[in-house]
Amino acid sequence: MKRTIVTRPAMSRARRVVWTRWGITLLLVLLLEAACRLGFVPKLAVLPPSEVIAAMVALLSTQEVLTNVAETFSTVAIAFTASVLTGFVLGVALHGAPRLRRAIDPLLASYYAVPIFVFYPLLVALLGLGALPLMAIGYLAAVPAMLIATLLGLDRVPPVLRRVARMHRLGRVSTAVLVILPAALPNLFQGIKLSLAYAFIGVIAGEFILSSGGLGYAIAFAYDSFDNRTMYGLMLFVLLSAVISNGLLSSWESRLQRRRGLQ
Amino acid sequence: MTDATAAHAVLHGVTRVYPGANPVHALGPIDLSITRGSFFSVVGPSGCGKSTLLDVLAGLSPPSAGRITFEGQPVNGTVPDGVGVVFQEDSSFPWLTVRDNVAFGLRRIGTDPAEIARRVDHAIGFMGLTDFAAAYPAQLSGGMRQRVCIARTLVLRPRLILLDEPFGALDQQTRLLMGDELLRLWRETDATVLLITHALDEAAMLSDRVGVMSARPGRFIDLLDTGWPRDRDSRIVSDPGFGAITARLWSSLRTESMKAIGARA
Ligand SMILES: Nc1ncnc2c1ncn2[C@@H]1O[C@H](COP(=O)(O)OP(=O)(O)OP(=O)(O)O)[C@@H](O)[C@H]1O
Ligand SMILES: [Mg+2]
Repeated sequence: MKRTIVTRPAMSRARRVVWTRWGITLLLVLLLEAACRLGFVPKLAVLPPSEVIAAMVALLSTQEVLTNVAETFSTVAIAFTASVLTGFVLGVALHGAPRLRRAIDPLLASYYAVPIFVFYPLLVALLGLGALPLMAIGYLAAVPAMLIATLLGLDRVPPVLRRVARMHRLGRVSTAVLVILPAALPNLFQGIKLSLAYAFIGVIAGEFILSSGGLGYAIAFAYDSFDNRTMYGLMLFVLLSAVISNGLLSSWESRLQRRRGLQ
Repeated sequence: MTDATAAHAVLHGVTRVYPGANPVHALGPIDLSITRGSFFSVVGPSGCGKSTLLDVLAGLSPPSAGRITFEGQPVNGTVPDGVGVVFQEDSSFPWLTVRDNVAFGLRRIGTDPAEIARRVDHAIGFMGLTDFAAAYPAQLSGGMRQRVCIARTLVLRPRLILLDEPFGALDQQTRLLMGDELLRLWRETDATVLLITHALDEAAMLSDRVGVMSARPGRFIDLLDTGWPRDRDSRIVSDPGFGAITARLWSSLRTESMKAIGARA
């Protein structure tokens, strides 16, 4: 009974923030719509949002676009899953090997300063023109995010919790599963969210540069053939996919945090 | 032989040096025998090695030299069965409710669920947390979280209970009452208690024996038997003997505390 007192006001405040956010988004969309309709923006460069939405809906009922969507999504899914798994395993391993970690730390820190897309042609040369180089670029873009988040999460486990585990005479596995993992979970979640974003960016950008299918390719193709409706329709779809997948992970995450009485 | 059975935990020439580029000699040498069923308190200046003593005694870290035995068995590197520790820092699990925090150890050792429920309820009630059984640590105050940690350890019914400033986050009144509860628990369970505290009055009121530690590296510079009856509570603060004990503790501790903060005596 005491719990409701604590969580109630926080919940409704969070809800108000969400409504405000959607309100602002809607307002901006309406402004853009008006600007297009009233001729403030050249019709050739920007389509009014209503037409973009209509174009997206129409596109999503064509077999060709659905094939591209399936291609991109499955490539992203594979790159994302593989990067989360390897990032986590490498993070755990590196956490247990401080010397190696000190040697590798500068590399990790500067990883995202390197535009890894310059290596994409090389990946194509090595792996051929198909889904493989795309998976590779998405994977390479996403792995370090998960690795760094895992290291951070493990670093932040309060040392006293490990001592509590030893006081309860837990073995290595029980300590990891019952104490370390739950304690590091918030950071792991950050890593998972970032990995998804990076994998998505990596794959779409790869398709953009050089590929024979997928959403990025379709957008680039539409751009090259001055097909604004297709281009904007697909762009909106990519945007929505990213926002929705991230939103799903975020709501899962905040459910987790609420369970800890946070937020 | 009576001596060996009366001693519950024994330290022989125990020292602890934290290794590193600048090794820190934190503790000892310590020679100490803690009588079975007694209430032993340790006071000492900040940073003198009290927590280090607890760590070594509990088997959480190995001594750099010396031997430790608990119930006649050597302690090295692992926490023996029957030893329970309450740490100085907040060590509640933020992802578990109060109830699940307290049940953690019993679930681990596979106690019967009905028995777990009974003992957990009792421990939660004992610590005054009944209304918060379903809350998460983030929803509790610091003092309440510390009580969760105490309950989580007590529910295991350790035969040797090591408490590192468990009431540090509590106000003076609550502290006195919790002290009474601890005394009651100690009488009911026949456990041996080692309490680390920075409150001299707390040490004087609760203990059969108080050890005063020197500035780092911590050694015992005074061991004082209070001579209180087993059946005591916080009301003994009005006993004339109480003032004398606190005064002696303070006179032993004064110079050491000054050393610890770098002042001149
Ligand atoms: N892991 C560690 N590595 C190096 N030195 C340490 C470590 N832990 C403690 N020390 C040092 O050992 C000394 C004793 O520390 P300890 O925590 O035992 O003191 P304490 O008496 O419990 O202090 P307090 O009353 O403030 O809790 C301190 O000087 C501290 O700096
Ligand atoms: Mg301490």
